[in-house]
Amino acid sequence: MTFPPWEGAACRRNIQDKRVNDRPTSAVPGAGAQCALAIALLAATALAPFSSPVRAAQADAARGLEIAREMKARDRGFGDSSATMKMRLIDASGGENLRELRVKTLEGKGDGDKLLAIFEAPADVRGTVFLSHTHADRADDQWLYLPALKRVKRIAPANKSSPFMGSEFSYEDLASAEVQKYTYAYRGDESHTGEARFLLERVPVDAESGYSRQLVWVDKERYVPLKIEYYDRRGEKLKTLTPQDYRQYLGRYWRAHEARMENHQSGKHTILLLNDIRFRQGLSEQDFVPASMARAR
Amino acid sequence: MRLLCVITVAFILAFPARAQEWRGQLSAEYRSFSHAGLDSDQHRGTASLAAQPEFRTQWQDGRQLLTFTGFYRWDQHDRQRTHGDVRELLWLYAGRGFELRAGVGKIFWGVAETQNLVDVVNQVDLVEDPDRDEKLGQPMLGATLLTQSGNWEFYLLPYFRERTLPGEEGRLRTFPRVDTGQDALYESPRGERHVDAAARWTRTLGAWDLGLSYFRGTNREPRLLPGLDTVGQPVLVPYYGQLRQLGLETQATLDRWLLKLEAVRRSERDVSSRAAAAGFEYTLPGAFGGVSDLGLLAEYVYDSRGAAAFTPYQDDVMLGIRWSANDAQGTQLLATIILDRRTSERAYNLEASRRIRGNLSASLEARAFHASEPDELLYSVRRDDYAQLKLTYYF
Repeated sequence: MTFPPWEGAACRRNIQDKRVNDRPTSAVPGAGAQCALAIALLAATALAPFSSPVRAAQADAARGLEIAREMKARDRGFGDSSATMKMRLIDASGGENLRELRVKTLEGKGDGDKLLAIFEAPADVRGTVFLSHTHADRADDQWLYLPALKRVKRIAPANKSSPFMGSEFSYEDLASAEVQKYTYAYRGDESHTGEARFLLERVPVDAESGYSRQLVWVDKERYVPLKIEYYDRRGEKLKTLTPQDYRQYLGRYWRAHEARMENHQSGKHTILLLNDIRFRQGLSEQDFVPASMARAR
Repeated sequence: MRLLCVITVAFILAFPARAQEWRGQLSAEYRSFSHAGLDSDQHRGTASLAAQPEFRTQWQDGRQLLTFTGFYRWDQHDRQRTHGDVRELLWLYAGRGFELRAGVGKIFWGVAETQNLVDVVNQVDLVEDPDRDEKLGQPMLGATLLTQSGNWEFYLLPYFRERTLPGEEGRLRTFPRVDTGQDALYESPRGERHVDAAARWTRTLGAWDLGLSYFRGTNREPRLLPGLDTVGQPVLVPYYGQLRQLGLETQATLDRWLLKLEAVRRSERDVSSRAAAAGFEYTLPGAFGGVSDLGLLAEYVYDSRGAAAFTPYQDDVMLGIRWSANDAQGTQLLATIILDRRTSERAYNLEASRRIRGNLSASLEARAFHASEPDELLYSVRRDDYAQLKLTYYF
């Protein structure tokens, strides 16, 4: 039951760093790369003394981690942001459901980012608020505010692989992804319709993750994710995320305004749209504590 | 309450339209009982309509907030269930590290599933829902301090609200009936105007959330004393004593486990008592190979007053499952069974809900009660098993 909507960012954020608070879109893209890198790195380390493939793996891991770190580094300093987010949930037969949220992000100082999502639609969950404190080195802390009961409920972090508001985005996809949450491997360079890309493979560290690995295509120039493929626990390709319409803010931070998440196994897809992104609105720690969820707007 | 409504409307009209937001919900429900009632005045089924308008406005960049939630229900048969309430008419000021509240509001304390022993600020709107989740608005002045040592909440509660209880033609009631035509009895000579006070400290330490609370004032839970109505028939009359209660609540959030504990120590004029609820919720993500979540719940509830308590939970075990389909319709289901370890009492509970279209939701609720001895609290509702279908429209 957590829902960091725009956080599609989670993924993206690791990679690209900026996505942290801003919106999901940008976040999404970058994240994958980091993981892959880390993985590669680990593998490389273990084998290195014995063979040159080992050494190569090490190098891939180091390069992957470097890319993930660069993505994060380029997003540093955004401070805080707020945006409105829409999700169009489209099932295999074309039926559509709409979700609307307001999302606020606070950049973490020495820890992960903080995310606040206020539900606007559907009407029966209007006023529900989701709060997440992302941590680099342990499970995130998450709370849900239920307006009918005036109750703030702390929720178990174990359901990170569950769908967010019935969409094809899981909580994990929307969470801000810290560099340390994946291991990484650099898988080479690619060029696609004129854009130069890194290919990163990342593997989630957390055993509760719904994924065995992710492939992230990272824009070489902007260090934002252009595509992420998610593989389920059995190693089958599950979903593909395509962030689009990147726009730059404050002369520095890239945010994707649209992201399409396609589920290859169910035939459903979700289109996430970010609007009205504003940076440095003067949000403070006090706006991201459970006690203030009841008055969040 | 009538005066409050007038003040509310005047207050709302005084605000500039641009900052206002009107929302709300309308619902229609039908309750069908499995058996005829014990009393010939009772009915096999009842239809009901309810409206809940909500207003909200904020200014000063959201630092000041005014919220209003009204409520009115019409019930086909139960004149006590046909009732209105100001759920909320609250002004809130959020400063740096503190919050102030004034008006009518609702405060929730607690972590447990079966019942929230520490949650004593708001009166229960019992005619709404026998599981005690619905509350009446409580007049209050409040201050919250957000500090490094935790959050400190203080409340002054200048006016008391009587618990709503089913009327003569209503189901799920006592035998003999509560005479709602008589004034309630109070221990305090100030009656409903006794000024109550409450305070609570909460703090998060890693995976652990801790809360300590204290309440001093009119007990929200009435004792039902035997009396006579105007024609000399035996009835029950609610009596509200003075209560001092110390409460502890804690939850540990450990990956798939939520461990919960609530405990209270109560002092009334001549008696002191203890009660506790402790248990867990274990979440299985991706249950049944799909995207749904399954939660397994278990809780033990204890009350040292035993059979003298107004609650059926004195030495009971609750087992339950919670299922979230995580689909686009938000389908959810909760099923619990409560077993009394000493008596024959058992309660079964099923709640399910699903969104039908964007603004329209349906929910199903079914409850069944078992008791075989006349001194058991559930004995008076042993023929009141029911199923209820409700449609809610949000605007």
